[in-house]
Amino acid sequence: MLEQDLSFGLQQQVQQAAIDVAPLKIMGGNTKAFYGGRCDASKVLYITGHSGVIDYEPSELVITARSGTRLVDIIELLANQRQTLGFEPPDFNGKATLGGTLATGFSGPRRPFAGSARDFMLGGKIINGHGEMLSFGGRVMKNVAGFDVSRLMVGALGTLGVILEASLRVIPLPETELTVTYALSEPQALAKMPVLAGQPWPISAMAYDGECLRLRLSGAEQAVRAIIGRIGGDMDELGDIFWQDLREQRLAFFLWSGDLWRISVAPATPALPLPGRWFLDWGGALRWLKTDASADAVHAEAQKAGGYAVCYQGAQNDWFRLDGGLFSLQQNIRKAFDPLKLLNPGRLWP
Amino acid sequence: MPLPDSFIKQCQRLLGAENVIADPESLKVYECDALSAYRQVPDLVVLPEAVDQVQAILRLCHQLNIPVVARGAGTGLAGGALPVDGGIVLGLSKMNKILEIDPANRRAMLQPGVRNLAISEAARRHGLYYAPDPSSQIACSIGGNVAENAGGVHCLKYGLTVHNVLQIKLVTMAGELLTLGGGGLDTPGYDVLALAIGSEGLLGVVVEITVRLLPLPPQTQVLLAAFASVEQAGTAVAAVIADGLVPAGLELMDNAAIRATEAFVNAGYPVDAAAILLCELDGLNEQVEADSARAEKLLMQNGATELRKAVNAEECKRFWAGRKAAFPAVGRIASDYYCMDGTIPRKHLAKVLKQIGEMAEECGLAVVNVFHAGDGNLHPLILYDANQQGDFEKAEALGGHILELCVLVGGTITGEHGVGHEKLGQMCVQFQAAELAQFHRLKQAFDPEGLLNPGKAIPTLHRCSEFGRLHVHQGRLPHPELERF
Repeated sequence: MLEQDLSFGLQQQVQQAAIDVAPLKIMGGNTKAFYGGRCDASKVLYITGHSGVIDYEPSELVITARSGTRLVDIIELLANQRQTLGFEPPDFNGKATLGGTLATGFSGPRRPFAGSARDFMLGGKIINGHGEMLSFGGRVMKNVAGFDVSRLMVGALGTLGVILEASLRVIPLPETELTVTYALSEPQALAKMPVLAGQPWPISAMAYDGECLRLRLSGAEQAVRAIIGRIGGDMDELGDIFWQDLREQRLAFFLWSGDLWRISVAPATPALPLPGRWFLDWGGALRWLKTDASADAVHAEAQKAGGYAVCYQGAQNDWFRLDGGLFSLQQNIRKAFDPLKLLNPGRLWP
Repeated sequence: MPLPDSFIKQCQRLLGAENVIADPESLKVYECDALSAYRQVPDLVVLPEAVDQVQAILRLCHQLNIPVVARGAGTGLAGGALPVDGGIVLGLSKMNKILEIDPANRRAMLQPGVRNLAISEAARRHGLYYAPDPSSQIACSIGGNVAENAGGVHCLKYGLTVHNVLQIKLVTMAGELLTLGGGGLDTPGYDVLALAIGSEGLLGVVVEITVRLLPLPPQTQVLLAAFASVEQAGTAVAAVIADGLVPAGLELMDNAAIRATEAFVNAGYPVDAAAILLCELDGLNEQVEADSARAEKLLMQNGATELRKAVNAEECKRFWAGRKAAFPAVGRIASDYYCMDGTIPRKHLAKVLKQIGEMAEECGLAVVNVFHAGDGNLHPLILYDANQQGDFEKAEALGGHILELCVLVGGTITGEHGVGHEKLGQMCVQFQAAELAQFHRLKQAFDPEGLLNPGKAIPTLHRCSEFGRLHVHQGRLPHPELERF
């Protein structure tokens, strides 16, 4: 793993950009350009060279690394100590970086049971649009000093600051993970998932692919085996591969034509009346949809269900919607960090 | 600075005269929160009963440039609800209804005045509960929990308030109602929900909260391990966690705390031990069995001189009794104490505790340690005598040094109590000027006129020399009926 601190160089580039009023496109592994709006900046701020783990002690359950560090390197280092990242982010063929992962806030199948990328964010260092290097949060589990700026960076697509380093809480790798499957219709699956999730079981993933409901259990072997003995279902020997493929979005479902949407709703929400193919993750709280339906129709149905739709791949100019009050508040927040709109303009907002 | 009569009349018209408090005697109730060292009688208290009333009051205050301090149950330990001169206190205690328990989606919709414990009580019949359990949970309200990002004994496994809230409705100073978060787990745009949680009433007033509920664990086990030195207990904590166990709770008490609580509640603690650890494991029976076997082994391998395993729920409760009574117990052995709230990386536990002991000895004061060892959240209690001249100043200085030590080893000045009015000084130790300036710009994005809880949580640069800490006089905490741990 390359160990290199480019903080000051990156800071100088942002400062220069502020002087020239020349916006920057922040780029890590460039694995998630398909997501969000297109950045119109011509200058690129390359992050991948800014890499390396700064601090990791397994007994602290915290890792601090530079943003250009590849996710797979972090996960491998953690695995050597039988630990991992609890939000199970996609690594996109090994190219995804820590910074990009946090900037998009992508979380995988374990998310509803263990927490999201922002839940594991403890603190970090950023460069704001003024070219200032700032630290927020810390390397400890509990910290309520000041506004939670580091969590605000997660999912901000780089438009509030360049993430330089981050401290994340990690989790122990479960002793045993097993997957069971049930062949069910969609209405049956939608009815069964909330019932399963209400049980005090060590569930770590739950998804329905249109034919099978899969349930992953993680914990002490005797506990996991006891549950499976009680609830039945067929053991899925290829369960691990299924969850990896879901995490990386390379299951057959993702190959269907049409726009790919992520619709976030309360898990027990009934099926939404939209045409296309569905894949249910997060115990029903995340509905992937491949559809030709208009963005208007998708946003309207998600809103009716009390949730949000985000176009993950496809309709880039109408990929998410916020109501007026929330929209202008978010513009004010952006202005508080990057008044000149130097950082990733177009990625989230113009 | 008295408020104009016309303003008071307008408040009465908006809320009804019964919901507006203006007489000096009744106002006194609101002069402080649980940090009673700081007092300021408010000029007016309003107690809205509905969201639109909150909006109307905030719109009015916004128009007239009148500061607003939101207040929940008033159990905060950092002076966050301290009134400001010339402003009003917006009490949310009358908005105290559980709007819905939704077992299928494992969530509860709540008004801000709902007590923390009442959520779990209402959810229990569905086999669910709300995980964050600050020590004041029988009295503190969920709105206050959101404002402070409240923690508790079980944070190590179940997280803080920020990990357990799905959505809030927030009224801005301009009276606009915003919904942050959503029915699902993801929302597009900035994570304003995470930002609002723990913002100490500076960004908006929380008027509705949707929390995540968890299935009740069927089994709970508590282990009690004694150690011949605090260092060994600290090492054992690290060993348990490094081995991959995440106990529901992992608490440490030093000898002074053990003796004080033993004399008070007779929990049967080993009074000769230099330190004890309480380790709680929960989950399925089979999981708890496996975990407690592992924990027992690790604790013994790491120098436990005695290990007890609760044989039933009754004994679990007894093991916890001393820990939960620690604050009042310390209140019996000293006339006054300060409670600090720093968090440090666990690896420095032994070193920091030793240094705290040395610093205390140097200034001739005693310190009792009882805290959340699992997540490194220290609560050193500095004992002193307010009637002894100069004692208070010594305690205050020692407390400051302790928090600075926490920052020095890579920790923070507050793990769960918040900054409020109390730790404004230490904020300047923790953050650089540019970072504080960024906080102020963020505050302005929500509240450009700076009318919401002004002067709290984020110090102005020229205020950086001010300090203050929890001052407990004559061993009496405000709300003495509450367990403090």
